[in-house]
Amino acid sequence: MSTKKAVCSVAPLALRIVAECPVSKARACDLRLPHCTVNTPVFMPVGTQGTMKGITVDQLEDLGCQICLGNTYHLGMRPGPELIEKVNGLHGFMNWKRNLLTDSGGFQMVSLVELSEVSEEGVRFRSPYDGKEILLTPEQSIAIQNSLGSDIMMQLDDVVSSTVTGPRVEEAMKRSIRWLDRCIAANKNPDRQNLFAIIQGGLNAELRKACLDEMTKRDVPGFAIGGLSGGEEKDDFWKMVTLSTDHLPREKPRYLMGVGYAVDLVVCVALGCDMFDCVFPTRTARFGSALVPWGSLQIKQKQFAKDFQPIDPDCQCATCRRHSRTYLHALFKTDTAAMHHITIHNIAYQLTLMRSVRQSIIEQRFPEFVRQFMRRMFPLREQYPAWAVEALASVNITLD
Amino acid sequence: MKLELSRIVQGCRLGVLTGLGKTGQHSLEIPGCLLYTRCATVPHLTQDTLHTLNSLPSVTQIAVDTLAEHHEVLAEFKEGVRKFAGLHDTVLYCSLHDPATPCPPGHITNKTVSVWGSGGRIELTAQRFMALQTVLRPDWYQCMADGETWPTNTSRKRVRKAVDRTLAHLDECLLLHHKSPELKEAEVFGAIEGGDILEERVRSARETAKRPVGGFVLDGFRSDAMDQEVRGQLIAAVTAELPAEKPRLLQGVGRPDEVISCVEAGVDLFESFFPYQVTERGCALCFSFTISPDPEAAGTRRSKVLESNGEKPDADADADAAAIEVPGESGATSPENMTRFEMDLKDKKYREDFRPLVDGCTCYCCKNHNRAYVHHLLVTNELLAGVLLMLHNTAHYLGFFSALRGALVSDRLQDFKKRVLQ
Ligand SMILES: [Zn+2]
Ligand SMILES: [Zn+2]
Repeated sequence: MSTKKAVCSVAPLALRIVAECPVSKARACDLRLPHCTVNTPVFMPVGTQGTMKGITVDQLEDLGCQICLGNTYHLGMRPGPELIEKVNGLHGFMNWKRNLLTDSGGFQMVSLVELSEVSEEGVRFRSPYDGKEILLTPEQSIAIQNSLGSDIMMQLDDVVSSTVTGPRVEEAMKRSIRWLDRCIAANKNPDRQNLFAIIQGGLNAELRKACLDEMTKRDVPGFAIGGLSGGEEKDDFWKMVTLSTDHLPREKPRYLMGVGYAVDLVVCVALGCDMFDCVFPTRTARFGSALVPWGSLQIKQKQFAKDFQPIDPDCQCATCRRHSRTYLHALFKTDTAAMHHITIHNIAYQLTLMRSVRQSIIEQRFPEFVRQFMRRMFPLREQYPAWAVEALASVNITLD
Repeated sequence: MKLELSRIVQGCRLGVLTGLGKTGQHSLEIPGCLLYTRCATVPHLTQDTLHTLNSLPSVTQIAVDTLAEHHEVLAEFKEGVRKFAGLHDTVLYCSLHDPATPCPPGHITNKTVSVWGSGGRIELTAQRFMALQTVLRPDWYQCMADGETWPTNTSRKRVRKAVDRTLAHLDECLLLHHKSPELKEAEVFGAIEGGDILEERVRSARETAKRPVGGFVLDGFRSDAMDQEVRGQLIAAVTAELPAEKPRLLQGVGRPDEVISCVEAGVDLFESFFPYQVTERGCALCFSFTISPDPEAAGTRRSKVLESNGEKPDADADADAAAIEVPGESGATSPENMTRFEMDLKDKKYREDFRPLVDGCTCYCCKNHNRAYVHHLLVTNELLAGVLLMLHNTAHYLGFFSALRGALVSDRLQDFKKRVLQ
């Protein structure tokens, strides 16, 4: 693999590796993007429709969030790219001063819209809003993302469920490569917007490898590992992740799509991933689930009705500094602010976790951090998920 | 607590309540409003977002309705609802009912009243009501009252009974109040009842005024149950009976035009559930209240508020895009109840309107966002819509009260009325 080519001079992105774990594949980087530098490993909260679930952009900034997601499919439908372009893109529309990443829209289409149909041209589907038939091509996905003005755009890929096997997986992988070329050619703003390729290939190591070989030939600013986190066995999942990072260029950011559970984050950092996103922490917050280092608290449950502690006594978020479990439990019956409190806490939890991970990598004590993290999350050794133990062992982190 | 009246203009009382709070550190200007909460939280807002608002009222309203179900927890907590809810340093006023969620009638007895929380009806005797107050530990609280005189055709007999019961509750509560060390610093507000019967209103006022109360709650005047003309006359008759040095708080009235009339009838304090209701129907307050500093130019100069403000409610507004699921039913939050003081941001015409909600408004929403964005949040049912609208509507409403006081100071009430009612 050519490493010379990997330093991309024109891309509006620069990755500086701050520290690498001498034991595992974990790394801490500074990813310079157009709106600010992102410290990795990073968790990116998902603000689907140009808003972070009841949290203001100032609150999100105060939480230390440096990059968040918007969904091309949703924003392309409502309010539409033309409108967003008029207000200087999604940054202007939602008044977010830091970085944005947008997906291609393909995943939502396949997962949310019935009767979507994929051909070489693109994804054809019926709009759930007005019933009109729409064709999303790689060119259109990029055109919408160019209108949104995100700092990182994702290529349109041919998404197949990670549990699908057979020739469809290969077809999707190969088509994704062809679509990557079309996306690269369609990007109007290569000086302002980074286009990431998405590695496909399902759970088939050979196909993954083939996809990696082809895609890494392209001079894209970064790579995502796609097609995972869709209900496959964890044993298959981590093997595909580690295979991917083994073959991705060291100088470019690696984004593992759709991963956000704390254990998965820590393990996949060990496997060499830099960026993660997931709707889980914010979605689960709205159902009253607060994330803590030892799992989660279902605040709506009766056991918290008279629990006067904060969600996590060690958490420094605005919610934990002011509110008790009992009050949040009570408020959940009356007002949406209860959801906002837990959303704030959960985002704080994810971002704090990643900051701690980064700090431990910089201080060259990441393996010890992982061991502590696992001890806290699982009180008994028997509770350690076998896949996580195995995945960590594969990068020389042994759990006690 | 001390009420210093600086002037009375056409019946309107201008002044300041001082010495409020545990150490007397707070004051509240009148005419003014309280900060509205549900379960001791300003709807949709966290403390961070709430405090983007300038000059919050120093008194926050809580209601027995949304707190009675937490009695046991509060009793165990022992430190009062302010600390329980993580509220800021604020004076607390506890009313019996949540003004935005009217209670179903037919549950009042001689000895009890009922409140409705998330788990349904809770029946309170005076004993239980007072036990709840001792765990809530408000600075002011409305005495238990029978306010069920609002249904149309309530008989004279029923109205008289409401007055009698309320006075009996007051006596019983005062007795318990003076025995309670937790409520030593608290002020009881006596409720004036009497429906729409003048003699009963006067009787209720006179009798309540004889008791050692800190202030008065004018109950049973809700916007939807009485014409403003009748309300104004009754309130004027009531306030004539009340001692000048104690505050009068009117429950259930929030519309700007009605507020002005009621201030003229001698009311000092209002609740601020109105901006909440406007928020729940996906609307933004946009009425003008700024009068130019030069009296000569009053009424001729263009207001700072955009021209499209004060538009007529749009009949074919996108009614199904209700902003937020409202906990508890309240008709007032449905789109049909839109008033001429607000704009329906769900309306398609705001889709590409990149102006702030109200030009010149300094609230967080108007400084950072525009109509098109809030419209988008509303049509996509996003939670941030409620946050931004609540911030704007509260700011606008507080601005209205501040401008009202300004108009009284500068003897410009007529110009102010003209501006608001235009
Ligand atoms: Zn927290
Ligand atoms: Zn505003």
